Amino acid sequence: MNFKAVLSNTQPQVEVMTSDADEVTGYRSFRLGGFEFLRDEYFARISWPAKGTRISHVMPVDAFLRAIMRDVAWGFFYGWVNFDAVVGTRNLYGRVELFGGRYYAPMKSAGLDCTETFDSPVIMATFKAILFDWVNAGFDPFAAPEETGKTVYGVKKGSNLEAIERYRVPTKRMPGMAGDSPLRSDASGFPVNRQFTDVPQDEPEVKAEPGFEKELHAFNLFKYLSRSDVTWNPSVTAVCNASLACPTTEEYILPIVHGNDRVEWFVQLSDEITWDVQDKETGALRARITMKAGDVAAMPADIKHQGYSPKRSMLFVWENATPGLPQLYESGKLKPYPVEF
Amino acid sequence: MAQSHPTVFASLADWKKGHAEIISGNVKHYVFSNMFDVASRSKPYEKVVVGKNLEYVMETLRAEGASPWYGAGHDEFAVCMDGEVEVRFIKLEAPAAPAGKNGAVLVKGEPQGRKMGTVRLKRGHQALLPAGCAYQFKAHKTGVLMLQTMLGELSVEKWSDICEK
Repeated sequence: MNFKAVLSNTQPQVEVMTSDADEVTGYRSFRLGGFEFLRDEYFARISWPAKGTRISHVMPVDAFLRAIMRDVAWGFFYGWVNFDAVVGTRNLYGRVELFGGRYYAPMKSAGLDCTETFDSPVIMATFKAILFDWVNAGFDPFAAPEETGKTVYGVKKGSNLEAIERYRVPTKRMPGMAGDSPLRSDASGFPVNRQFTDVPQDEPEVKAEPGFEKELHAFNLFKYLSRSDVTWNPSVTAVCNASLACPTTEEYILPIVHGNDRVEWFVQLSDEITWDVQDKETGALRARITMKAGDVAAMPADIKHQGYSPKRSMLFVWENATPGLPQLYESGKLKPYPVEF
Repeated sequence: MAQSHPTVFASLADWKKGHAEIISGNVKHYVFSNMFDVASRSKPYEKVVVGKNLEYVMETLRAEGASPWYGAGHDEFAVCMDGEVEVRFIKLEAPAAPAGKNGAVLVKGEPQGRKMGTVRLKRGHQALLPAGCAYQFKAHKTGVLMLQTMLGELSVEKWSDICEK
């Protein structure tokens, strides 16, 4: 396949290696280092060089697009974003590893794995270009399967920039405060989700004395979450130094397997999620944790996890954004679990 | 599209804990508890730590009657998980906690300063507890608060009592 360099429409502008559109399907292919990405009507095909040949991997294209969408939206997140058992990324904060087979024992032991490291803007631009080209009109990779069309399959049919370019104002302290991220309402384009129509929409009563109107603040967190238009995509709702409240609404399957580079905590606010917890290196199942409303659990720093939410649920994800934590856990200076008792 | 299943929230009167199936390793590493279980066995306003991430914590408080006055040198956040809780705020003339001290402290005596106002919370409501003020909870209906704060002198760690073992 022939690839040519085109300038990205991301900032900073970088070169993205892309092919001409396929004559039959209409989709372009992409190259990043030694990795190549190709899609057809049903599948994403990822390949990389190993032992003088190319190793290929196939994913259902909807699963691939949901996964790469999260990687882009989360800015490669904390640690590992495994698209499945074979392919994924690791955030080195400024640089990003792209791997194939690195954590899949049969490929790793046969020497058929590949890991390459890229500057974050380069891999981000390539991933965004893939989304731009491969997401058809009518398919929203952030939506639950029941909420979006089946136009993800088949030959190229337009695009869905509105879905893949959602932008969120970062929260500095708490949504709704002056100069901070906005609350959600019908008027701002965030209606109540179909699975949360029974969530009360009342707001807390705030009575501020004169002069303190901007210092007292409260909002209905459950209302805010009931109006989330995406699944498995956290929003920051409280900032206590480096302690970030990142609640989110979940339905169906977490599209990636998240490998932790620090301890992460979950508080189940509503309904139920089952988590498969695997060894981060081997993928061997370690535990299955079923969390109901009010449950609190830690995800240790040496695991990866994937969640299953049979109904749209509210999950309070709690992160510690202190710089340097990955190195402290990786060096063994911090134990992978948060508490000893 | 009609809602197929009702949304399930829990309360002090109605909660069910999930469960952990361990294939390998130690269930303690997941520090698995339920905040309503914890609050059902706590003293009023006992600041029981249910989540700890180095110096940062999530605390569960049983909101019953009136709490002492608290203050902290950093922002804290309270989410009402059950019940109805009023929060009263006073802008302190002098900080309750010395600079750099983590977590909430008790305000000695009656807090001195200007009244800032009140916030009334029901289930799902979140309030900012701003740095440098005194605040007091008053539960109109016994409930549960979840506090996002830092580990402090009032934080109570009793992991063996609250977690799966």
